[in-house]
Amino acid sequence: MSKPKIGFYWCASCGGCEEAIVDLNEAVLDVVAAVDIVFWPCAMDFKKSDVEAMADKEITAIFINGAIRSSEQFEMAELLRKKSQFVISFGSCSHEGGIPGLANLYKKEDLLSTVYSTAFSTINPNYTLPQTQTKVPEGIATLPELWETVKSLDQVIDVDYFLPGCPPPVKLVVDAVTALLSGNLPPKGAVLAPDKALCDDCTRKATKPEKLQHKRFYRPSEILIDPEKCLLAQGLLCLGPVTRMGCDWACINGNMPCTGCMGPTSRVRDYGAKALSAMASVIDLNDEEEIQKSMDSIVDPVGTFYRYSLATSQLHSAIHTNGGK
Amino acid sequence: MKDQHVHHFEHTDVKVGVYVCHCGINIASKVNVHEVVEFAKNLPNVTVATEYKFMCSDAGQDIIVQDIRSGKVNRVIVASCSPLMHEITFRNATQHGGINPYFFQMANIREHVSWVTAEKEDATVKAKALVAAAVHRVSKHTSLEKKYFPVNPNVLVVGGGIAGIQAALTIANAGKKVYLVEREPTIGGHMAKFDKTFPTLDCAACILTPKMSQVRSHPNITLWTYAEVENVSGYVGNFTVQVKHKKRYINADTCIGCKACVDACIGPENIPDEFNEGLSYRKPVYMPFPQATPSVVIIDENSCYHFTKGGCPPDFSSKNGHLSPQLQSLLRRANECFELRDFQETLKLTKEILKSSPEHQETLFLHAQTLYQLGMINEATEVMRNVMVKERCVAACPKGSVDLYQTEAISEIQVGAIIIATGFKTFQGERTTQYGYKRYPNVFTSLEIERLVNASGPTGGEIVLRDGKTKPKSVAILHCVGSRDLHSNRYCSRVCCMYSLKLAHLIKERTGAEVYNFYIDMRTPGKGYEEFYEKLCHENVHFIRGRAAEVTDWVLSKAELGKLVVRAEDTLLGMVRRVPVDMVVLSVGLEPQTDAEEVRRKFNISCSKEGWFLERHPKLAPVNTFTDGIFLAGACQGPKDIPDTVAQAGAAAAEALALIDIGYVEMEPNTAFITEENCSGCRICVALCPYTAITTDPVKLISVVNPALCKGCGTCVAACPSGAAQQNLFTDEQIFEEIEGVLEYV
Amino acid sequence: MSNSQSKPSDFTPRIVAFFCNWCTYTASDLAGTARMTYAPNARIIRVMCSGRIDPQFVMAAYRNGADGVLIGGCHPGDCHYQEGNYKCLRRITLLKRMLSQLGIESERLRLEWISASEGDRVQRVVNEMTMQIKALGPLKLNIPQPEHSHAVPTQSHTPKSKEVVS
Repeated sequence: MSKPKIGFYWCASCGGCEEAIVDLNEAVLDVVAAVDIVFWPCAMDFKKSDVEAMADKEITAIFINGAIRSSEQFEMAELLRKKSQFVISFGSCSHEGGIPGLANLYKKEDLLSTVYSTAFSTINPNYTLPQTQTKVPEGIATLPELWETVKSLDQVIDVDYFLPGCPPPVKLVVDAVTALLSGNLPPKGAVLAPDKALCDDCTRKATKPEKLQHKRFYRPSEILIDPEKCLLAQGLLCLGPVTRMGCDWACINGNMPCTGCMGPTSRVRDYGAKALSAMASVIDLNDEEEIQKSMDSIVDPVGTFYRYSLATSQLHSAIHTNGGK
Repeated sequence: MKDQHVHHFEHTDVKVGVYVCHCGINIASKVNVHEVVEFAKNLPNVTVATEYKFMCSDAGQDIIVQDIRSGKVNRVIVASCSPLMHEITFRNATQHGGINPYFFQMANIREHVSWVTAEKEDATVKAKALVAAAVHRVSKHTSLEKKYFPVNPNVLVVGGGIAGIQAALTIANAGKKVYLVEREPTIGGHMAKFDKTFPTLDCAACILTPKMSQVRSHPNITLWTYAEVENVSGYVGNFTVQVKHKKRYINADTCIGCKACVDACIGPENIPDEFNEGLSYRKPVYMPFPQATPSVVIIDENSCYHFTKGGCPPDFSSKNGHLSPQLQSLLRRANECFELRDFQETLKLTKEILKSSPEHQETLFLHAQTLYQLGMINEATEVMRNVMVKERCVAACPKGSVDLYQTEAISEIQVGAIIIATGFKTFQGERTTQYGYKRYPNVFTSLEIERLVNASGPTGGEIVLRDGKTKPKSVAILHCVGSRDLHSNRYCSRVCCMYSLKLAHLIKERTGAEVYNFYIDMRTPGKGYEEFYEKLCHENVHFIRGRAAEVTDWVLSKAELGKLVVRAEDTLLGMVRRVPVDMVVLSVGLEPQTDAEEVRRKFNISCSKEGWFLERHPKLAPVNTFTDGIFLAGACQGPKDIPDTVAQAGAAAAEALALIDIGYVEMEPNTAFITEENCSGCRICVALCPYTAITTDPVKLISVVNPALCKGCGTCVAACPSGAAQQNLFTDEQIFEEIEGVLEYV
Repeated sequence: MSNSQSKPSDFTPRIVAFFCNWCTYTASDLAGTARMTYAPNARIIRVMCSGRIDPQFVMAAYRNGADGVLIGGCHPGDCHYQEGNYKCLRRITLLKRMLSQLGIESERLRLEWISASEGDRVQRVVNEMTMQIKALGPLKLNIPQPEHSHAVPTQSHTPKSKEVVS
């Protein structure tokens, strides 16, 4: 019997997810022994034509990280969907749009103008922009088209499973691969992480006071953070209560509040709105003006609450009805 | 999205019946009911969609019951009136059909659609949207059990006017314990001030005072006067109420009402008597009125010398005749030394005083001496005050009931039901400046006249002008002062026409004066009321149809000299008239108590725009409030005459009795719950709960809702960051479905 | 798809109104009993307390095609559940900040304290809000269809009830 074939692909991502696979360390050897890696352009020399040559569903499982924001990424995603039995959305960007999803706050032309014109480091006096088609002496050169908005993987293709995290924690990756190899699979659409919030077994849980009440929130730079105590209890905007567990408190152990990369539990539809509701609930003020002042201390609500999930939020992107902001 | 699909509800077994009500023409005239039914047929899971003239009728309900029994439907939508109106009716029908009553949802297409929408097309679209929302939602409904809680059998009645008295007696006579709390020093309210009552002209005191003394002596009634409800917590069947006993400076339990203190009091005698509307005067210590119940005096700290000057002034001349001149002089000197804080000298003098008057003062003196030697000057001062300055009332009281150092006390009681009967206040006559009240001495308010007419009033029943002796030869009664007036209150105060007629009759009877009634409309709807009006018409009382424009002393003719002139348009004659009179009576309207807003908040009930307490339903629940277990009686709910007040008090008492007699209360099962395996124990919910219903399980370190304490607001659910907390009848899923349904189709 | 008209003049805003059971819902019943005619655009969803309103509901309403969301609760100090309205205020204050970042006009989310006796206020607020949103035009979201769309990817997908920004 031939070994299962698996592949990895990246779309709009930072490369950290690829690192996560390398971070499997010894475990990666078990994986490699158990499977044939048939596609991993980041690490080995594979071409699109190699995939095209495969039979439909030939790949057992493809792990795709990164958000989808260009025609090329979409094309690859569709192709890999066709050739794979299981598509696993890998990492926050693929799962929820991730940090690149925050680009949905801006219009495409504004993004292009920033990058190709107004940024300090840019010198582009003729305002040359990338074109999808350019006539060159050899013929027509093409570039993929940048989309208006950033999308998560499941917004463009059918996805079987989601591995959350920025990047996905090693343990979850191993568990997922093990499950795939054993055929012991959860129902389709499942997020392959425990369906409970991070506080559940947080190392600082014992220091939580019975009641969480604050007059305002602090940014990590504003206070001296007690390395033992519950971060939310210290007035930091720790999104652990909203966020799926499974990361082994990577940030918490680094004495930094959770920013929510693992996404919501299955019962929450809109991570940002729910996180906002939970955090606003901690503010124990009744005076309208004081409430306003306190909420103003959260400088960037979208960046705070939708840091990883704007693209998969109910609104998907900012609205630019009147020419944008 | 994501693994929400995994948990998707299985719709396959849901069969929704949609029943659209015409409500006669209330709905059908504005909503195209047939179109809504056809629309509903195509909604997901709908197996039956039909319409009926009156769904709430037996026949209407039976359609639902039969459809459930025949297996055609297992979820029910009724599109009709507000759920606040008939939700229970249809839940019962649903249950009667054989399924859980909470497999029901109502679409409010009457109050929210047909009654408020101008165009039929718009109304139909909106009705469709609300029906679709309900259909979506009901698919997510789950089977729930009703919650039951025991009811405390005691009742609190707030306010001791005729309404409160009637309610308290009814309940007490049924064998239940009642706390009657009245903030004035006596019960009786406004009715105690009246002489006669319309339309029978029977004496108010004759019918009220027996009831007052019944209240006082009833074994089941605890009467607290000069007390106010401070705080109310809890919920239907289980209220905890704190009652503040204000400082009366009299021990109400021992005072026998002999008024020896009143006689002994040397305080100012020119304090306007509240009970007599300031038409007579009283002392700082007084009995509100002769039949005051309880028969207990009160000391007014705003005028009593003890409070204003630190004690009764030395008065050795008359009342302390038993003191020898030598002793008086010693006392005076001791007093002076005391005021100068020369305690050494005071003590010396006091010792001398004690030689001649040893009795009970000795102990106090020794006590003071010890305190002084210990350096506790303030305490010594306090005790010395008792040695040196004996207030007259204290000395005069045979029962030792005067307690000038009384402090406020709080009683905490547990009750199952509360009846609010806090009454009204009358409109302040001076607010209608054109009538000159308080500018012209002989303009009176009707309440002043009530006191003047009253045999036990300041004049012994003589109707006289402000000078206290002249009988008026002509009297004008101005109706609708502070009622039916855009400048003050738009509503009709309901009682003024009738009491004006009564006063007209009494004035005519007692003085023989010409009486002119200036009225807008004569409103006499009540048993025997129109007959009373007719009777007055034959008593040579003048009726001038027209609101008085002004009362003036600007005379235009000899006949008007020295008189007050009432100017009004006589709308029957079609001309402006000037009527010179000696006395003007303003028939002031009824207004909510000044602190109605505060009281409303205390009891968590609602007020109408005018400030009257709001009944749950004007017709079907007129004595209920939106807070279960709290009922309304009397004029606090709106202007009312005595017969209506008594009837309503009886109704409120019956409601309270019904509640406590059954012994338990059924609660909407809309409590919050936390699913253990979903809760991470973040504790954000804990501090949010206003009822401390959420606690942390010390072993599992997760949050737990105590359903007995949860009142079902759902604020913890809105906050719960991982969707572990949910609210029965208002789960996230149900509300999301409702949002989707209300927008998806139209 | 009723609000997919192109001309603003034909535009019929749809407002989802979350009203608390004790004050604002009762007030809207009162508006009915008193036959106060008002704009048919607000569709009322009852919750027990404004404190139950999860900002997710507001987002879901926009997502599903609402052009505005109205929230009605008891006046400060009057909450049937002591302080639920304050809890609502805290959440909505922060939500408004976030919505403005997302380009949603402030008129599209309105929080009003309406007591049980203020039927006329329901009338006024709904009329006012309907006018304001009419002036703003429809809320245009740019929402990708969930999963495996095979539409041309450079165009946004047409959601069930929302217009597409071209």
